[in-house]
Amino acid sequence: MSALLRVEKMTHRFGGLRAVSDFNVEVPEGAIYGLIGPNGSGKTTTFNLITGIYVPSEGKVLFEGKEITGKKPFKIVQSGVARTFQNLRIFGSLSVLDNIKVAHHFRTKTGFFRSVLRTPGFKREEIAVREEAMSLLTLMRLEGRAKEQAKNLPYGELRRLEIARALATKPKLLLLDEPAAGMNPKEVHELMELIVRVRDEFKVTIFLIEHHMKVVKGICERVKVIDFGETIAEGNPDEVCRDPKVLEAYLGKRGA
Amino acid sequence: MTGFRIPKLTLSALALFAVVEGLARAGVLNGYIVHIVNLSLIYVILAVSLNLINGITGQFSLGHMGFAAVGAYVSGTVTSIVFKLQPDSTIGYAVFIAAIVLGGLAAAVVGFLIGFPSLRLKGDYLAIVTLGFGEIIRTILNNIPFVGGPRGLLGIPKFSNFGVILVATLLALIVIRNLIESSPGRAMLAIRENELAAELVGVDTTKYKVLAFMVGAFFAGVAGGLLAHLLQIAHPTQFGFMGSVLVLIMVYAGGVGSLTGSVIGAFALTFLSEGLRLVIDVVAETTKLPIGGEWRMVVYAVLLIVIMLYRTEGLMGTRESRIITLEEAGK
Amino acid sequence: MGTIFNVQQIINGLQVGSIYALIALGYTMVYGIVRLINFAHGDFFMLGAYAAYGAFFLFNASLAGLAGKGGAVAFLALVASMAVGASIALLSNRFAYRPLRYKPKLSSLITAIGVSMFLEYFLSALPIIGPSYRSFPEILPKTQIAIGTATISNYVVLDILVAAVLMIGLTLLVKWSALGKAMRAVSQDKDAARLMGIDVERVIAWTFAIGGAFAGAAGLLSGMTYPRIFPYMGIQPGLKAFIAAVLGGIGNIPGAVLGAYIMGLAETFASAYNSLLGEGIAFAILIVVLLVRPRGILGEKTADKI
Repeated sequence: MSALLRVEKMTHRFGGLRAVSDFNVEVPEGAIYGLIGPNGSGKTTTFNLITGIYVPSEGKVLFEGKEITGKKPFKIVQSGVARTFQNLRIFGSLSVLDNIKVAHHFRTKTGFFRSVLRTPGFKREEIAVREEAMSLLTLMRLEGRAKEQAKNLPYGELRRLEIARALATKPKLLLLDEPAAGMNPKEVHELMELIVRVRDEFKVTIFLIEHHMKVVKGICERVKVIDFGETIAEGNPDEVCRDPKVLEAYLGKRGA
Repeated sequence: MTGFRIPKLTLSALALFAVVEGLARAGVLNGYIVHIVNLSLIYVILAVSLNLINGITGQFSLGHMGFAAVGAYVSGTVTSIVFKLQPDSTIGYAVFIAAIVLGGLAAAVVGFLIGFPSLRLKGDYLAIVTLGFGEIIRTILNNIPFVGGPRGLLGIPKFSNFGVILVATLLALIVIRNLIESSPGRAMLAIRENELAAELVGVDTTKYKVLAFMVGAFFAGVAGGLLAHLLQIAHPTQFGFMGSVLVLIMVYAGGVGSLTGSVIGAFALTFLSEGLRLVIDVVAETTKLPIGGEWRMVVYAVLLIVIMLYRTEGLMGTRESRIITLEEAGK
Repeated sequence: MGTIFNVQQIINGLQVGSIYALIALGYTMVYGIVRLINFAHGDFFMLGAYAAYGAFFLFNASLAGLAGKGGAVAFLALVASMAVGASIALLSNRFAYRPLRYKPKLSSLITAIGVSMFLEYFLSALPIIGPSYRSFPEILPKTQIAIGTATISNYVVLDILVAAVLMIGLTLLVKWSALGKAMRAVSQDKDAARLMGIDVERVIAWTFAIGGAFAGAAGLLSGMTYPRIFPYMGIQPGLKAFIAAVLGGIGNIPGAVLGAYIMGLAETFASAYNSLLGEGIAFAILIVVLLVRPRGILGEKTADKI
């Protein structure tokens, strides 16, 4: 299996602070790859760099063999990379269904004139978008909430909505930023099953940031550990969790 | 599809036309009331076009009247020139319509020129820059002798009447509503809700912010042209910051994000304006105190502050009347 | 062209800049502490001018012992203008801005527009004040001073000096006093400051008061120097001072002063060259700054946590 995502020597500085230092990764196609590390270690910044929110000070990001470093985020998303956010970024006043429909927008051909004139092409596309969006909601067991305002949903359902919305962009690579945050054990278990199902049924490669060790050990095939922006370990979850450097990063120097 | 859908908005407009024209011809409604209705409709166009930018796409623009000025001056200049050359107005209406559309397009171009560099600024900064551009437009027009400079553009032929204005208002509402209730419209709403998230689901946020600006500017330009051909004058002071603030109050009072709200806000404030004018005149005469028109502005200022402190969502919030929206509840 | 940049114009530019500086400081301090562009700030300037006007008539008429003692009256007028500026600023903060402190910033911006509208139109609607110009009394006798090739009035010198004194006072306050430290803390991180035991709302109130007082003082100086006051006199200087604050870096106190003097000089030279250019240069500066370097000369890049 070839590397779907390759990051080479990526470094990023905010003023004098080096948030990410010489980050390298090869995420194979079809994998579930984990990125872990203590709080503030630079994980979300790494995701921001890959998705184009920041332009790396140094280094390259390659997706499907093509360089995407420095491209605008919406273009990166359109080429097949999607992500969710640590702090949910839902379109609160819009309905749950509309939240999903927005993610279909860039694949539609209806522009300003066809929308205003309500051509038959416009109407066909609206029906198609609606059907696709509803089927995605059904998969996420959110179809009953379709017409509700997104901000009224409970936390766990909002997390599922964000994942559904990211999937609606039909990505090949899905970056999940702490998808299990704030979930109870039952929800975590369901999430783990969901992620594996998404990978299998949608043929999406998963790159995820997580703190829940159960998730990491349960579904990640490979894991990379970073601290203060630097990579301190890499391997399969069991190896990494026994690595003394990793334990020191999380627990401090205690001869763990 | 389900077959013929009743065009509620068009029917409502026809009904309004029938009522107003009928009452006017029967002598029940005098010209003054019809004039106020005309003004209200023009402000409806201004309010919904501003709402598209501020309320739907979430970009705070404070120079909206600048676009109206462009429309007024361009269309007024065109008709003035054509009718100086060809006083016989058999093709009059066609030229007028063309001039209005031209004014709108000119305003849209200005909207693009201003929007494209400015729309990467956020919140406060965007507000200030749009205010600045609005003032620049006004200053430029004040200093061009060809269009009358500080005296303004005078002698514009009076082509605007209730029928034309009503049709223009109806078209503006239909176009903007159709835009909002479509995929591009959802993209704009997403930008308002969470611009970063919109970008990260593949929405070209710059493109849609500029589009909202241009469409909003187009209709503001149309409104400006209609106004110029109603009052027969286009003057820099009509299009200053306070004019933009007045439209802003209409949008917020009605409900920012609701087209219905903008319609209500525009009518309410225009009628309120005239009502206050009359009240002030009466009070000044009876009490013989030097009470001036500035009190109207004081009322607006207090209204704006009260709305922001106690009911930011205005009258309608983001809800739409079923006359305007195409979406059926629970679709 | 070289004749524009002479001593006369430079001094004029500094004088205009001094008035802008006093106003710009209020804008920048308030923005620094609550991230609000206080649209009404220019109107505190206007109210200061009217307060000074009122004070002059009050003291000149009633306290016969002060009649003719121009200096004392001028000083009292200055106190009055600063007090009124501060008071209106405090009232605006308390009743219009504080309720919206934790709501979206746009609401505060629109409310500030409303407050500005209210102050301007209320004053022009009041029969005793009215919308038209009023000439300002000559509180201090006007003399001419020669400096090199230039002849300037003592008012110009007064403007520059008073502004300088006030600005030095502010610098000392911000650098050395407990309030100054609290102000800096709150403008960096409101929540952390609160956790340190700082009464955030009191610090904000003090910031508004100081900013308003400075604007009021500028109103007195302006009234004296261009002896005309009217309810809309705050609009242009307010806008220009705001642009100056943005130029220097909004939220940055030395930046406001720097921006104000640059603005004053630029405007003076531009007007001498061509009056239309003079009218438009402020907006031109605004557009250039916002499109090229929005954070201004001394401003810092703000990073949003994503």
